[in-house]
Amino acid sequence: MKRQLILEDGTIFKGNGFGSETGVIGEVVFNTGMTGYQEILSDPSYCGQIVTLTYPLVGNYGINRDDFESITPAFSAFVVKEVADFPSNWRSKWSLDEYLKMKNIPGIAGVDTRKLTKIIRQHGTLKGAICSVDENPLEIMERMRATKLRSDQVKQVSTKSAYASPGRGNRIVLVDFGMKHGILRELNERNCDVIVVPYHTTAEEILALCPDGIMLSNGPGDPKDVPEAIEMIRGILGKVPMFGICLGHQLFALACGADTAKMKFGHRGSNHPVKDLKTGKVAITSQNHGYTVEEDSISGTELEVTHVALNDQTIEGLAHKTASAFTVQYHPEASPGPEDANPLFDEFISLVEKAKQGDANYAKA
Amino acid sequence: MPKRKDVKSILVIGSGPIIIGQAAEFDYAGTQACIALREEGYKVILVNSNPATIMTDTEMADVVYIEPITLEFVSRIIRKERPDALLPTLGGQTGLNMAVELANSGILEECGVEILGTKLDAIEKAEDRELFRNLMNELGQPVPESDIIHTLDEAYKFVEQIGYPVIVRPAYTLGGTGGGICSNEEELIEIVTSGLKYSPVSQCLLEKSIAGFKEIEYEVMRDSNDNAIVVCNMENFDPVGIHTGDSIVVAPSQTLSDREYQLLRNASLKIIRALKIEGGCNVQLALDPDSFNYYVIEVNPRVSRSSALASKATGYPIAKLAAKIAVGLTLDEMINPVTGSSYACFEPALDYIVTKIPRWPFDKFESANRKLGTQMKATGEVMAIGRTLEESLLKAIRSLEAGIYHFELKDSANFDDAIIEKRIRKAGDERLFYISEALRRGVTIEAIHEWSKIDFWFLHKLQKLIQFEEQLKNAAFDGELGRKAKELGFSDKALAKLWKSNEKAVYLWRKKAGIIPVFKMVDTCAAEFESNTPYFYSTYEEENESIKTDRESVVVLGSGPIRIGQGVEFDYATVHCVKAIKEAGYEAIIINNNPETVSTDFSISDKLYFEPLTVEDVMSIIDLEQPKGVVVQFGGQTAINLADGLSDLGVQILGTSLEAVDRAENRDKFEQAMLELDIPQPLGRTAMSVEQAVAIATEIGYPVLVRPSYVLGGRAMEIVYKEDELLHYMENAVKVNPEHPVLVDRYLTGKEIEVDAICDGETVVIPGIMEHIERAGVHSGDSIAVYPPQSLTNEVKAKLVEYTQRLAKGLNIVGLLNIQFVVSKGEVFVLEVNPRSSRTVPFLSKITHVPMASIATKVILGHSLHEQGYESGLVPEKDGVYVKVPVFSFEKLRRVDITLGPEMKSTGEVMGKDITLEKALYKGMIAAGMKFKEHGNVLLTVADKDKEEALTLAKRFADIGYQLVATSGTASYLEAAGVKVKTVGKIGSEGPNLIDQIRGGKAQLVINTLTRGKQPARDGFKIRRESVENGVPCLTSLDTAEAILRVLESMTFSAGAMIQPASRKEGVLV
Repeated sequence: MKRQLILEDGTIFKGNGFGSETGVIGEVVFNTGMTGYQEILSDPSYCGQIVTLTYPLVGNYGINRDDFESITPAFSAFVVKEVADFPSNWRSKWSLDEYLKMKNIPGIAGVDTRKLTKIIRQHGTLKGAICSVDENPLEIMERMRATKLRSDQVKQVSTKSAYASPGRGNRIVLVDFGMKHGILRELNERNCDVIVVPYHTTAEEILALCPDGIMLSNGPGDPKDVPEAIEMIRGILGKVPMFGICLGHQLFALACGADTAKMKFGHRGSNHPVKDLKTGKVAITSQNHGYTVEEDSISGTELEVTHVALNDQTIEGLAHKTASAFTVQYHPEASPGPEDANPLFDEFISLVEKAKQGDANYAKA
Repeated sequence: MPKRKDVKSILVIGSGPIIIGQAAEFDYAGTQACIALREEGYKVILVNSNPATIMTDTEMADVVYIEPITLEFVSRIIRKERPDALLPTLGGQTGLNMAVELANSGILEECGVEILGTKLDAIEKAEDRELFRNLMNELGQPVPESDIIHTLDEAYKFVEQIGYPVIVRPAYTLGGTGGGICSNEEELIEIVTSGLKYSPVSQCLLEKSIAGFKEIEYEVMRDSNDNAIVVCNMENFDPVGIHTGDSIVVAPSQTLSDREYQLLRNASLKIIRALKIEGGCNVQLALDPDSFNYYVIEVNPRVSRSSALASKATGYPIAKLAAKIAVGLTLDEMINPVTGSSYACFEPALDYIVTKIPRWPFDKFESANRKLGTQMKATGEVMAIGRTLEESLLKAIRSLEAGIYHFELKDSANFDDAIIEKRIRKAGDERLFYISEALRRGVTIEAIHEWSKIDFWFLHKLQKLIQFEEQLKNAAFDGELGRKAKELGFSDKALAKLWKSNEKAVYLWRKKAGIIPVFKMVDTCAAEFESNTPYFYSTYEEENESIKTDRESVVVLGSGPIRIGQGVEFDYATVHCVKAIKEAGYEAIIINNNPETVSTDFSISDKLYFEPLTVEDVMSIIDLEQPKGVVVQFGGQTAINLADGLSDLGVQILGTSLEAVDRAENRDKFEQAMLELDIPQPLGRTAMSVEQAVAIATEIGYPVLVRPSYVLGGRAMEIVYKEDELLHYMENAVKVNPEHPVLVDRYLTGKEIEVDAICDGETVVIPGIMEHIERAGVHSGDSIAVYPPQSLTNEVKAKLVEYTQRLAKGLNIVGLLNIQFVVSKGEVFVLEVNPRSSRTVPFLSKITHVPMASIATKVILGHSLHEQGYESGLVPEKDGVYVKVPVFSFEKLRRVDITLGPEMKSTGEVMGKDITLEKALYKGMIAAGMKFKEHGNVLLTVADKDKEEALTLAKRFADIGYQLVATSGTASYLEAAGVKVKTVGKIGSEGPNLIDQIRGGKAQLVINTLTRGKQPARDGFKIRRESVENGVPCLTSLDTAEAILRVLESMTFSAGAMIQPASRKEGVLV
């Protein structure tokens, strides 16, 4: 089945369809990871996006039962050079093609994805459409121009109701803005008693759960589209230790008075170096974000920059000067990508422990 | 962290001669390191015994020593130079072992020399099997069940517990020397015994075999601030069981999910951190294909062959950054030299697939054991880049220059199904091609997987290639399928065969149909950052990134994979050619496919195309770049062989014209030319049939030298002494027919002389004349060459110079040429002329300070020698004596006969220099790995024709206190001449025989000359192999023996008794 990818600048890539044959319009982004397509396709942060993978062979090890980061993929489409028709790995259950067909998500293969990546790099993230080659590109471009990309992605991917993932340890309320399962997994591994709540849960509702710590998850889109979360964070800040990841980090920055902005083409991949300004050490991190906290908006807030991206010096980590709260732009839960930053979860837990200790001392005194 | 200021001067140890397991990758690493350290302002002192390298060029370091890498000589250099520090991690296993030896000797402490990069205890922890195992246990990293053994008995005990198969890994050896997999007791005895012998500490690791696991490698780097990254991971096509140097390898891994990738990444980083390595490190892991279980196989705490491959595969220059890390810089403060905008502290993202295929020497060693196991056998490797696995693999296949241009088995019809299954089960060098044949015969991938354990992912791809061929067969010149075929990497040649057409027709059709490749950049970051690296590969896709510049360009063809007969010397010349082209103001474009070399470092040329060296692949680049012309004379036979095809398509070959090349290489034309130029050559003719060969030999008289025309490194060349030997040769060694004639020449006994010269048509500069120690008949590459000649009269020298000039001009040479002469009874005869750069160019360039490749390049570009300041004639001889000593890798190649002859067998060379020939020879031989014993036993078994000459040598050995041991024939001859000799039994005789003598360590030197065509030849073979297996120097040429004798004599005080007066009485005072 011949398909085409049409970009808003008029570039057309022809290729072979795989997965479903539906037509989609979305923002086209690239990810440079060489492994991890299963985690990428199930990462809710890609909600509504057409994702191209720069590594040319996709689907080599198939799709397995375990490595999903959400139950239902929220991304729009895959654009690849080659899709494996014969995956090989002991855990493989489906081929990528079979899986995407099951989930009604289209893909296009046979694309010069390096050319596409360079266009995105030079032009910045842009809109694209995947459709049959029989469609008229001019009409499609017209439709693309007319389409306003949705801004309620968080609502779409966040859990509809709260649920518990019980444990015997610290109670963590995990606010789901489009949470990757990896975050929940890391908390569970640390015996946390996790309650996952929808994105619009209020500070009062959360505090009523008597949490020892608050975890702000990753999620799709522009943080400014989720004002209710910003409100919630303000309501909790200083009361309970807080840790934010990705969108959670951006929302936290906004709540503290800093500003965010859209990046030209974002950071998406498994090889992003981040420098810890305290230790001077660099961690190779997994990233997926199209927005960033603006550096010059930090002054005058109660925030300090703890981590920066080595390559473009953008902010990768923040801590509150007085409240017990820190956030990172990247993904310590990895999945996919390197696990260098995994100890951040331990840091969070010790922050939680310390706060509890402090409360106990306070109670005693 | 800023670089260190307390260190000012650094000693860098090179890796010595090219041997199997340690090739040009260390020239690349060493060169990068030297450049990097000097960039940072350090004084670099370099020691390496290998003259054929770029790193030993005087401009590479502040002080360059071409001296033996032994405790004796390196200590001397340390005492003299007093370096502040030593960088041992860039000279392979040789450099690392040398550092350990130096440290143990106490000299480093004495002279206050610090070891940079990897500390001594880390080297020991990684290299010593027991310490390594302990460390892995501490880190909770799984290692296969294993035991350190020091005796065969201990090996038995281990096997009793664990069972077969087990792997034997000797401690502290190169490329797995002496190791292997044992499936039964017989193999256990053989391999353990040899392993213990090869291990300098008589220690082997016996390990539960995990053959069949996926073999995965990680190239990791760490700095002093504990930042650690993965540069590249690689997956072996061949599962565990075959040495990674002998495995087909792809980068990045293909069948690992992210979880598996990160699991092994975590393990690798944990290990490099625990070892506190500051620099690069290679971690080899085995992953169970059916679970998350894995084992750590091995760690190399230094840059390695794999790191060179990883550097070329990703663009990330590991050795360069490792050197900078060693002096204190950290990854996060260094810029990624490829992008120029991002930092070195990141992990490269590839957007292509890299395939490496080893190049084995079995085309030269037909009798060799071709089975692959834990001991590396390849001499070199090729790498190819593609956007599909198929493209990358097929490009790699045609880069091999093995006469195969596609995924197919040569002479496929000759093999029955059983052989094919056997060759897939027990991997040899051609397993990949046997798989192709199996697939063509309809064997299922399940069966092939069962036989080989190769992952289904690869097998499925291969099967699809074969299936696609069927589709192609019925679609000659179909545009859509033709394009798809090109995307899958099919060569025009392969398409031509399927379409029953010819390569040129396919090429022309393709161009017309617009099916032409584009070139993509290797940029470390999958296009995420803008990058200006001029490093490209071809593929069939949409966007071309290689933009032709306005400058006029010259294309240089490299020499492809390192093999016997075409070593690093040709890369040396290629690099100098590129530099000269740049100096001359042109854009220098290089095409090569060898990941180990300096020439494929993207910073050498203005543009690097990492591509196969075939007419098709070169033409694609030429069509794009439209260069002034192509230089072929520095890339060995590889480049020369392309000249015809390129010229045929209208490409301008720069330098010596094709007609002139043909006149030098075509036997009949050459003979005609020699007649015209009045230069004598040994009588000889070209034979088109067996009968003709016999007739020619009878006419010119035996012995005769026979060889096929157009060969490299004397392949299939032999001296035959009688007709039955000639018949045997004609029927077995060559296929003679009018298209493949055989040359039959009178074999002249005499001194062999080698001359390199540069000619511009007017002026002929002769940098030097070299004399060979071994008489004519031993391949020049295997002979010890001496500069300046020690035994030639001025008349002979004058004649050599005069002939050289006449030849160069008479053959219309423009550029370099190399001539082999033989001097027999005062007469000079020309043996052959090579109209190209030769093996001796770096050796002579370094001695004479005449930058031959550079001058020749400028001549080729139109600058006369006169203009460059050179006059006709022989450059005045330099002081001192310089010898080039060949180095062999026989211990790695079972069943290879080590006898020196017209066919080249050495893999590398070293240089010895001093003020006398004896001293130079001593150094050369020491550097080549020989150990001189001042006394001991010399075991002699010589052919009848050599007995007289051997007698003289025997007497001289006896005079300096050596005991002679010989088998009955030789012994009685010596005894009859009054030489005291101990007789030992022949092979197969009752009681202890000479093999026991060798095995028991009771022979310090073996001299064995060849008797042909009789049983003793087979005995001789056993003796020679036994010597190699037991590490006893074995000399097969009396000339080499004489040279060693001279050295020994010069080292020893003679022990001559006072002469007894004739009559005792007269002597007594009465």
